[in-house]
Amino acid sequence: MTPRTDPALVPDPAEVDVPADLRTDIERLMSLYPDRRSAVLGALTAAQRRHGWCSPEAMLQVAAVMRVTPAYLESVATFYDMLRTEPTGSHYLYVCTSVACHCRNAKAVYDAVAEEAERTGLEDWEVREFECLGACDMAPMASVDGRFVGPLEPGDAPALVAAMREGREALPGRGLGDTDYAYPWGGKA
Amino acid sequence: MSETRVLLERIDEPGLNTIDVYERLGGYRSLRKALTEMEADTVLAELENSGLRGRGGAGFAMGKKASFIPKGSMDKYLCCNADESEPGTFKDRLLMQKDPHRLIEGMVIAAVAAGANRAFIYIRGEYELQADILDAAVAEAYERGYLGQRILGSPHSVELVVSRGAGAYICGEESALLDSLEGKRGNPRLKPPFPAIQGLYQGPTLINNVETLCNVPFIVEKGADWFRTMGTDKSAGTKIVSVSGNVQRPGNYEVELGVSAREIVYGLAGGPPEGREVKCWFPGGSSAPVLLAEDLDLPYDFEHMAEAGSMLGSGAIIVVDDAQPIVPLCLRLAEFYRHESCGKCVPCREGTNWTVKMLDRIDSGEGTPMDIELLAQVQENIIGNCLCVLGDAMAMPVGSMIEKFREEFEQHMEEARSLADGEALRDRLEAPASANAA
Repeated sequence: MTPRTDPALVPDPAEVDVPADLRTDIERLMSLYPDRRSAVLGALTAAQRRHGWCSPEAMLQVAAVMRVTPAYLESVATFYDMLRTEPTGSHYLYVCTSVACHCRNAKAVYDAVAEEAERTGLEDWEVREFECLGACDMAPMASVDGRFVGPLEPGDAPALVAAMREGREALPGRGLGDTDYAYPWGGKA
Repeated sequence: MSETRVLLERIDEPGLNTIDVYERLGGYRSLRKALTEMEADTVLAELENSGLRGRGGAGFAMGKKASFIPKGSMDKYLCCNADESEPGTFKDRLLMQKDPHRLIEGMVIAAVAAGANRAFIYIRGEYELQADILDAAVAEAYERGYLGQRILGSPHSVELVVSRGAGAYICGEESALLDSLEGKRGNPRLKPPFPAIQGLYQGPTLINNVETLCNVPFIVEKGADWFRTMGTDKSAGTKIVSVSGNVQRPGNYEVELGVSAREIVYGLAGGPPEGREVKCWFPGGSSAPVLLAEDLDLPYDFEHMAEAGSMLGSGAIIVVDDAQPIVPLCLRLAEFYRHESCGKCVPCREGTNWTVKMLDRIDSGEGTPMDIELLAQVQENIIGNCLCVLGDAMAMPVGSMIEKFREEFEQHMEEARSLADGEALRDRLEAPASANAA
């Protein structure tokens, strides 16, 4: 094994090509903290955004800029749910099925969405059940690449999946932060 | 009943997240007052006298915690715990999204009071919208001189960074948060030493929840005595209660501590859907032991929830109505803790795992009466035996469900078993003869 790809060694920066914008992102993050290693989560997130997942190549690039070992980065990446260590898709749909959403039929929503995604052959999206996303007022809800939508019902699955496939905003007006977002029972979130 | 709105008084003001609107409504005046009219010690004393207790779960006196930070001119840190991952809790999300400058102002005041020169907001990675809003607000605050070197011409300097997590419940535990903020896996640390002495980068560190810090500007502006006029003797102030689950109007409601839980669940959140009754409720997030409908008349504060055998926790009430079977709920809850256990301590790692397995057996008709007994025992053996309370956070509610709904557990197990037996019998009868012979 050459030193460059040995995960236990800090890669030689001269041997790793890092896209300039990714390098800038990581270096900016490193500059924010007294200890550069604090930037690991942000750097992996930035690399994932660029590569679609924390691929070996992505982690090698982060390692080269941050001067840490790929093994260290992998140990961190495997700990956190939002960092993908498998190429499951470069976008995400997290359907919350945790306790509060569970009480409001979340499993049926997830099943409907997963089935629709499967049926229509949705690609490049990681669709998964997720633990509490901190939006139990919108239950059952989901996060579409960070945009919280809800309350959902199983019947929303076709429109949701279609929007995801076509890269449109899913369920307009029903996302937290949408200008006119309001609960169905009145009041603002 | 109506709410007592302090933190949420102006929450729906359009554009409150921008510094112009925030300043127009009197924002950053408390910071100016703390820096130009008060000494750091006076601010700290005011926080101590207010009786403000931590709003993140533990309920520790905020001013006292700040006073534990040693004096002297070393690097000291303030971390805002914005990891808000306790199931049922969504109050900090609202505060950060709508009123980010309140948090920044509270943090700068708290940092000055505790002598901290570097501040971080550790926000859970899933809160992308809120983190973006905070980033913009922090940039505005730097521009106007509320952050950075020699704030408002005073000798105090505070640098503030918004740091995003990447999806791990355990990072809401303060020592795991520190490890995560240092760029590591979020494993809790052995305490002592406590963060006040040895926290972030081994330096003295004050860690406070978002809602706690958002109270600070009000206390500086209106005084500790004013704060104590709200709530009870031992639980001063208001509390934002996140109400979710089987209620007609889930949402955040700000009340004085000490109002009855019934007023919150029925009066504000509308109670369970038409024709349903409250079966049980979690008074402080999913980690809190469940209470029953009859407990709804208790005053909702730190003391009474503890006396009833539960806790106020993060102030998140999850209501479960009588249409919900208890075993699948208990299983879903246990799955959460199994998934989120960091794996460092055996009782938690194995305990959460076996709890899920046993509950799954009970739910799928493979359980035996011994499983329920063993399940209860496992919970007892987790509590108090780990570095942090994640295991306890499963063991307490699961234990309380077994205790309070034991008959339903037994019934569920029997029904699931006869159902499974029936299916097995049908399979055998329908199977070809050769398979039967085998």
